[in-house]
Amino acid sequence: MITAQNLTKTYSSQTVLNIDHLEIPKGQSFGLVGNNGAGKTTLFSLLLDLTQPSTGYIINNEVQVDQSEAWKPFTSAFIDETFLIGYLTPEEYFYFIGELRGRNKADVDALLSNYDDFFHGEILGQKKYLRDLSKGNQKKVGIVASFIGNPEVVILDEPFANLDPTTQIRLKAIIKDLAAKEGVTVLVSSHDLIHVTEVCERIVVLNKGEIVKDIKTSTQTLKELEAFFGG
Amino acid sequence: MFKRFIGLQWKSFFRAASFKTEIWIKILMGIGALYFILVFLGLGFGSYFMIKEAGWGDPLRIVNQYMVYYLAFDLVLRYMLQKMPVTNIKPLLYLPINKSKVVNYSLGKTVVSFFNIMHAFFFVPFSVVLLMEGYSIVSVVGWHLGFMALIFVNNFINVMVNNKDSIFYVFGGLFLLAGISQYYQWFDITLYTQPIFDLFFDLPWTAIVPWLVLIGLYVLSFSYFKKHMYLDGGLATKQSEAKTENLDWLNRFGNLGTFLKNDIKLIKRNKRSRTSVIAGFFFIFYGLLFFTGAIEAYESPFWNIFAGIFVTGGFLFSFGQYVPSWDSSYYPLMMSQNIQYKEYLTSKWYLVIIATIISTVLASFYIYFGWEAYAAVLVGAIYNIGINSYLVLWGGAYVKTPIDLTSNKKAFGDKQAFNAKTLLLTLPKVVLPIIIYAIGHLLINPLAGYLFVAIAGMLGFVFKNKAFKMIEGIYKKEKYKTLLAYKQK
Repeated sequence: MITAQNLTKTYSSQTVLNIDHLEIPKGQSFGLVGNNGAGKTTLFSLLLDLTQPSTGYIINNEVQVDQSEAWKPFTSAFIDETFLIGYLTPEEYFYFIGELRGRNKADVDALLSNYDDFFHGEILGQKKYLRDLSKGNQKKVGIVASFIGNPEVVILDEPFANLDPTTQIRLKAIIKDLAAKEGVTVLVSSHDLIHVTEVCERIVVLNKGEIVKDIKTSTQTLKELEAFFGG
Repeated sequence: MFKRFIGLQWKSFFRAASFKTEIWIKILMGIGALYFILVFLGLGFGSYFMIKEAGWGDPLRIVNQYMVYYLAFDLVLRYMLQKMPVTNIKPLLYLPINKSKVVNYSLGKTVVSFFNIMHAFFFVPFSVVLLMEGYSIVSVVGWHLGFMALIFVNNFINVMVNNKDSIFYVFGGLFLLAGISQYYQWFDITLYTQPIFDLFFDLPWTAIVPWLVLIGLYVLSFSYFKKHMYLDGGLATKQSEAKTENLDWLNRFGNLGTFLKNDIKLIKRNKRSRTSVIAGFFFIFYGLLFFTGAIEAYESPFWNIFAGIFVTGGFLFSFGQYVPSWDSSYYPLMMSQNIQYKEYLTSKWYLVIIATIISTVLASFYIYFGWEAYAAVLVGAIYNIGINSYLVLWGGAYVKTPIDLTSNKKAFGDKQAFNAKTLLLTLPKVVLPIIIYAIGHLLINPLAGYLFVAIAGMLGFVFKNKAFKMIEGIYKKEKYKTLLAYKQK
């Protein structure tokens, strides 16, 4: 599904990302972990063509992302609050994204009804604009919006941060389901090793821009990761 | 401590991403400021003799008579243009800095604004001339100090009412009404205000009164801001009850409709964009200055085109100018969502076109001033649609200033609803049609001039696809830089 080849990103003299080759097959739930500055967000930004690679390229379902815009219809993401439109209500925002992805209101409503317990009654019908919601609730909106329109690739940057425990647990189930049942390729980054090991089939550890570990998740993975980060 | 604050300000200025594109604009603004200084200096030195020459009476009294408008206009101008100083207050809150110091600094910064200093260029030379002409020193000093205080009173009124649009519109309306009723001699407000201003001269000690008012206002704004320097007080975002709106009738435009719906909500729900659109609306009346012959210098036919461009292009200039910046707070979304650049640009283009057409229809009343005036308006509209709509989108690719739509977030807020930069960037869009008109006018006749401008506009329309391709290319090239610049607030 996604291939990165000779991918580097350099700011002046500092290389923040350097990946020789990375292949993510379709339907994989892919976890990205690494300390601050490891290059997680840079990699996601490159995937979404929000920054340009210094060398190399990324191919998303046969589309080279910095050459063509054809990856947009089947890729969706929630990176941070800049993916939200503050002056819309959550409903309007969902419909807006829906329309961009060729879904009408009924489709969107049907999808949203699956996330009632995820929203915990704090999102829909609140008479609040997105900008007035709490950080955690904003995040919920952004994450669910990225599921609209049956994307084949979903990219979530630190989806667990800022969420309350109940929602974290629900989100884990949702992500697992997406990859297992619907064949969606889910890319997740996180600082929480327990969450990623639970959710992802495969975990890649970035350190100073380079892939230092590429693990197929097993019962040993958490220990391995803790050993790595604990030094 | 103040030194450190100023250091912070300095760094935020020079380290901003938009700084590079802005430096030349800052230079232009400097030239603009110089121009105003010269005009004010000229008025300061010259007005005494001009009024005397014209034989209207004692120049000082005449100046006093119209001072009420001077002050009112100053206030309106401040409200629209004066940038409230933004020190990033939130991070300072929990640091061991006296709150009073932070507030004093922020308020103090407004005092040294150009909008206050500018007036000195009028009042100082005018007072000097008065002294040279043998007016009593004590009286002139009283008068001078009185007005000095009033200018600063305006400054703090502006600080206080900066959040309250309703007050501003009521005030602006009253001011306009007073002007109109004076013009038609229904009611002359200056009869009541002139004696007050005369007092500063006749009884110099009365100049103390505005100073007391000034001190009162300072104390008031100081205590207001100090009291409200809490996260859930003055620093909190104002929450308004949200209404979900149904603009389904726009669905018939497909993907374009999706964007248009969004843009309508953008305009309606954000103070910053709303003010821009209202400012754009008032451009419609700008032509009155030209076509009524109110200002002699504007009577040349070349100015008609200028007027026509502005009358129909208000929205284009006030809103269109900032096109990608309106979406700055969610630009990464727009860039990674299922949106083709072309659709995004086209929808903005349509928005500008629709607004231009509405302005043109609203401006139909110019037909009252004769065919030439109306032709200028129509031709201006065609040029705006055909050429300026592209230029505005094109220029937008380089304007990398992020716009904070919810300006309430900051304590004193960046309340600059439309700024002087906008006006400067409009120059190339305005000079060209005048030149085109001049060619037709001088070579053949006025009608040909109008036709030439209209043809230029039509040509632009014909090459729409080409123009869009080019603009799209530029946006794509600038995309990454723009994304980076928008990251900085």
